[in-house]
Amino acid sequence: MNEKNNKYWKANLKIVISLLIIWFISSFGFGIIFSDYLDQIKFGGFKLGFWFAQQGSIYIFVILVFLYVWLMKRLDKKFSEEEDS
Amino acid sequence: MTTQLLTYIFVGATFTLYIGIALWSRAKSTNDFYIAGKGVHPIANGMATAADWMSAASFLSMAGLIAFLGKDGSVYLMGWTGGYVLLALLLAPYLRKFGKFTVPDFIGERYYSSTARKLAVLCLIFISFTYIAGQMRGVGIVFSRFLEVDINTGVIVGMAIVFFYAVLGGMKGITYTQVAQYCVLIFAYLVPAIFISILMTGKVIPQIGFGSTLVDSPIYLLDKLDQVTRDLGFVAYTENVKTNIDIFCITAALMFGTAGLPHVIVRFFTVPSVGAARQSAGYALIFIALLYTTAPAVSAFARMNLIDSIQDQPYSTSPNWFKNWEEIGLIAWKDKNEDGKIKYSSGSALEDIKPKYLDERGEYGERLLQNKPNLSNENEIYIDRDIIVLANPEIAQLPGWVIALVAAGGLAAALSTAAGLLLVISSSVSHDLLKKTYMPQITEKQELRYARISAAVAIGIAGIFGIYPPAFVAQVVAFAFGLAAATFFPALFLGIFYKRLNKEGAITGMLLGLIFTASYIIYFKFINPAINNSDFWFMGISPEGIGSVGMLLNFIIALSVSSLTKPPPDEVLELVDDIRRP
Repeated sequence: MNEKNNKYWKANLKIVISLLIIWFISSFGFGIIFSDYLDQIKFGGFKLGFWFAQQGSIYIFVILVFLYVWLMKRLDKKFSEEEDS
Repeated sequence: MTTQLLTYIFVGATFTLYIGIALWSRAKSTNDFYIAGKGVHPIANGMATAADWMSAASFLSMAGLIAFLGKDGSVYLMGWTGGYVLLALLLAPYLRKFGKFTVPDFIGERYYSSTARKLAVLCLIFISFTYIAGQMRGVGIVFSRFLEVDINTGVIVGMAIVFFYAVLGGMKGITYTQVAQYCVLIFAYLVPAIFISILMTGKVIPQIGFGSTLVDSPIYLLDKLDQVTRDLGFVAYTENVKTNIDIFCITAALMFGTAGLPHVIVRFFTVPSVGAARQSAGYALIFIALLYTTAPAVSAFARMNLIDSIQDQPYSTSPNWFKNWEEIGLIAWKDKNEDGKIKYSSGSALEDIKPKYLDERGEYGERLLQNKPNLSNENEIYIDRDIIVLANPEIAQLPGWVIALVAAGGLAAALSTAAGLLLVISSSVSHDLLKKTYMPQITEKQELRYARISAAVAIGIAGIFGIYPPAFVAQVVAFAFGLAAATFFPALFLGIFYKRLNKEGAITGMLLGLIFTASYIIYFKFINPAINNSDFWFMGISPEGIGSVGMLLNFIIALSVSSLTKPPPDEVLELVDDIRRP
């Protein structure tokens, strides 16, 4: 029982950490640290770094949270099935 | 129909709706009052969270701030949305699994200490009242400008409405009113944004119009804006003025602060399950992102329109909105070069920045000022940033009903947030201080009565803040986020992810985070504001961003004190194991 809980917790941590890495890169990375560098690239009227800081990072945040919901649902299902068998 | 009559109709209709909902959803138990009986659907909770979170600051002030800050304004956009990722991934599901009523409840039980609980209540009350003061100012501005009533009357009407549904309905009443308020506020935000986007760029979606060319020329809106701002002596709109380290710290403080705000966290206690808490964080973020991705477009449109409509205009033929806002005292004009024309450029127009009006009128009918002109630049106008969103439809010459809609939306944003804050204050008093600490013998019925009494008292105090706004209101917003980041976030995060953290570590961490952050802000904002600039800041970090440093200190102290003292008792370890299981 305890070992199973440990396994669940580790899988959970792996999901959270990978999503937070993307979270960090898209906001602090593209929106702040590398923003001026990315500004050299333009698409439409946007400079890329500026777009990430005011638009792109927010879209990515939304996707990340739904990805988390979906991954955790899958994980919960996997572990509750193991419990039944 | 006049705009004012339309505004009365819109505001009256929405207020009636809120009262109707309050009557329909009265709270019968403490469970209803604190957490809406845990029966709220994830989508409804997402909307309620979005309305709870998006305050007068998001609705009224943010786009205006960004319009003047340009790219530096990104800190608010990323900070106030990115915090939801942290909340959804690191806190919300676990705190829901814990399944109690308040945030101090978790801290008190996880750190098996009533000192920790009381310290948490103290931080909570401080953060929440800071925040409420801002909401009441928003209510006052909307009432005085659009309904032409006295600010005090406006605040009292607002208080009466909140009193009605917060005291009667508790969390249940608040939740369903917030759902309605979200619909009102998002509609009111998007409609003018779409109109203006079509007028300026021919694109229906503001998020796209923002990156498109202007209707009558092949030039991109943002390129034009860069050029115009540069010509007027500002830094180009899409470039940073602040240093990267400061931007980094402010964004982080806002993100971690958002994740640690008690009135937002408590919303996730109202859904039926852990899965529903995760989902509802997702919906909340979508609903918030709808406004937050529109805001920077509104900012760019507004800055462009503002410059176009007043630059080099003679005051006598200047637009009506300019004179109306001057009457309220949020715009001022000092004709430095005595040519009768409005000149807008970089720098502060007046000495002491804020205008002090005399009773007399000038040659062109303008309000004369006591302030001496600031002669180091050519700028002749003072514009309060809070008016941009409200004035935007007028500046773009949109029809009267759009202006009325924006007024109703601004009130929805301010009232929904105020109600959410009042609720966490009252429940932390009645539940954490009375039931769990000082009066454990009271029955549920008595506890419910105390909850209602403390909600009523809190509304009274909030109203006093609204009528006699402390001079520091605008400056203390940084406080709320910085303190939430430096106190609650580490205590909650480590409480879930680090079993070994004991009460000694948590308490010293929170205390140190609180003292460090508060003294840094108080020093630069109140004691010695003259040296509030990057030469004197610690590592170039402004008071707005110092919460990040406070948070790091909290983590370091909490972990080291914990490792030197004895581990938490077994039942706490079991509690942590339990909240980690789905």
